[in-house]
Amino acid sequence: MSDARFGLNRIARLGSPLPLDGGGTLSSVDIAYETYGTLSPARDNAILICHALTGDQHVASDHPVTGKPGWWTRMVGPGKPVDTDRHLVIATNVIGSCMGSSGPASAAADGCPHGMRFPVITIRDMVRAQAMLLDHLGIDTLAAVVGGSMGGMQALSWAATFPARVRSAVVIASTARHSAQNIAFHEVGRQAIMADPKWRGGDYYSSGDPPSAGLAVARMAAHITYLSEAGLTEKFGRKLQAREAKTFGFDADFQVESYLRHQGLAFSDRFDANSYLYITRALDYFDLAEEHGGLLANAFRGAATRFCVVSFDTDWLYPTRESRNVVHALNAAGAAASFVELSSPYGHDAFLLESPELNRVVDGFLRAGA
Amino acid sequence: MSGLRPDLAIIAAHVAPGSRVLDVGCGDGALMAALRDDRGVDARGLELDPADVATAVARGLSVVQGDADTDLKDYPDAAFDYAILSQTLQTTRRPDRVLDELLRIGRRAFVSFPNFAHWRVRGSLLFGGRMPVTRLLPLEWYETPNIHHVTIDDFRAFVAQRGITVEGAWFLARGAPARPAAANVFAEHAVFLLRR
Repeated sequence: MSDARFGLNRIARLGSPLPLDGGGTLSSVDIAYETYGTLSPARDNAILICHALTGDQHVASDHPVTGKPGWWTRMVGPGKPVDTDRHLVIATNVIGSCMGSSGPASAAADGCPHGMRFPVITIRDMVRAQAMLLDHLGIDTLAAVVGGSMGGMQALSWAATFPARVRSAVVIASTARHSAQNIAFHEVGRQAIMADPKWRGGDYYSSGDPPSAGLAVARMAAHITYLSEAGLTEKFGRKLQAREAKTFGFDADFQVESYLRHQGLAFSDRFDANSYLYITRALDYFDLAEEHGGLLANAFRGAATRFCVVSFDTDWLYPTRESRNVVHALNAAGAAASFVELSSPYGHDAFLLESPELNRVVDGFLRAGA
Repeated sequence: MSGLRPDLAIIAAHVAPGSRVLDVGCGDGALMAALRDDRGVDARGLELDPADVATAVARGLSVVQGDADTDLKDYPDAAFDYAILSQTLQTTRRPDRVLDELLRIGRRAFVSFPNFAHWRVRGSLLFGGRMPVTRLLPLEWYETPNIHHVTIDDFRAFVAQRGITVEGAWFLARGAPARPAAANVFAEHAVFLLRR
């Protein structure tokens, strides 16, 4: 495809202002994105992949910072459930993030990073920005929007906000609203970042010394919520880290401590602390029912969109009852809904890991809609 | 409709083309797929077993994992032309409430169940003194999902007492039609079409 709008590592500068749920507007919006596969002549085979809190547009290409393979190569690629031989797959970096889309780290009109001048955004704002990108790409209707965790929230928000533009939605390990417990864990993470003296009110970009310690602690707390208790026990138990005995000190005696510290440090190398604040805030503000008069079913009434909702039995971040809550609303609205709770030992992270059952369900669901 | 279990074939043959159907206890979606492919039916399913749900969804059907005893309340009134409950009534905790829900959600309901008064079952209990293990009821008492065994006459009395209209009834013995008069003895399966 010679059209420069399609391919890897694209950035679209969308000139039209984006009105935000919080009241302000973004005067211009950059969206970093990638496309895989080919748009059909009828322009009707596009699938949008939505990423989770710390994900990005590199769904099936190597990450530019870590060099690791794309985060969902199990799901997206030639012959995969989201089949790039049949579909044009679009993956964007959400606004507020730090991989090329407009966010706190991107330059404001004065040439300096927005920092905390960046407006607080919502999941629906992310979705509206994606819709602007689709306009830019000349794509009216999506064959599907697919996402796990925060990506699933975007998929729900897509169906609720642009029902005529979404033929089917796949919502994995997700929820229609953030619970008190979800908000609580995020607040721990935000406070860890803001308590780091290097955070400097969010104005740390010129210092070259970001609040890595705070961001690492935030990631450590969040990472616990992505795993199951049984999974942690199986992987680490009470095993000690490269030592024969406890040291009676505060070094990482236990393997689980060492693991979390590594996760925190690796994360702070690739992610912007302010983006973490903004995106966790968007998640905490997410309550799809609230946007529709308090009744979740209203979000889906009259929609022709087909839905596939999947949960995992060990996911305690967004447990199965949250998916059932969505399914009940879909049934009440008369929407075409499928739902299955899959079994996995891996907790919330299961949606990113090897799951033949998940692949089978998504593959069949997407083929039926094609 | 070839390949369908006989009671499902009867149901499939009597569902109006193009109608909206909820199949409660839809298994792997065999009936739903036949209704969709052969009769243009908009079929939705509810199934307890996650592996069956995954299979049904993978064949492109709209199936929700859930429990007939607890999850029917979320469907609006008269949302479907037919609610179908095949070989599931006897596995529910409260068959009476499930049937109420079926007739609330569907304008009509198909209900099929194995007849516990079939002569083989009677013989097993009468002469053997043991809970029957037959071709149709292949599991021992401790592992069978059938917790509310019902006979055709039980069911007839039950719907009559509740003022439910029977619009159709079909009886099967070894996959072939059986006469209604002696059905309670000779039929292995019954299929009822009901209306409130």
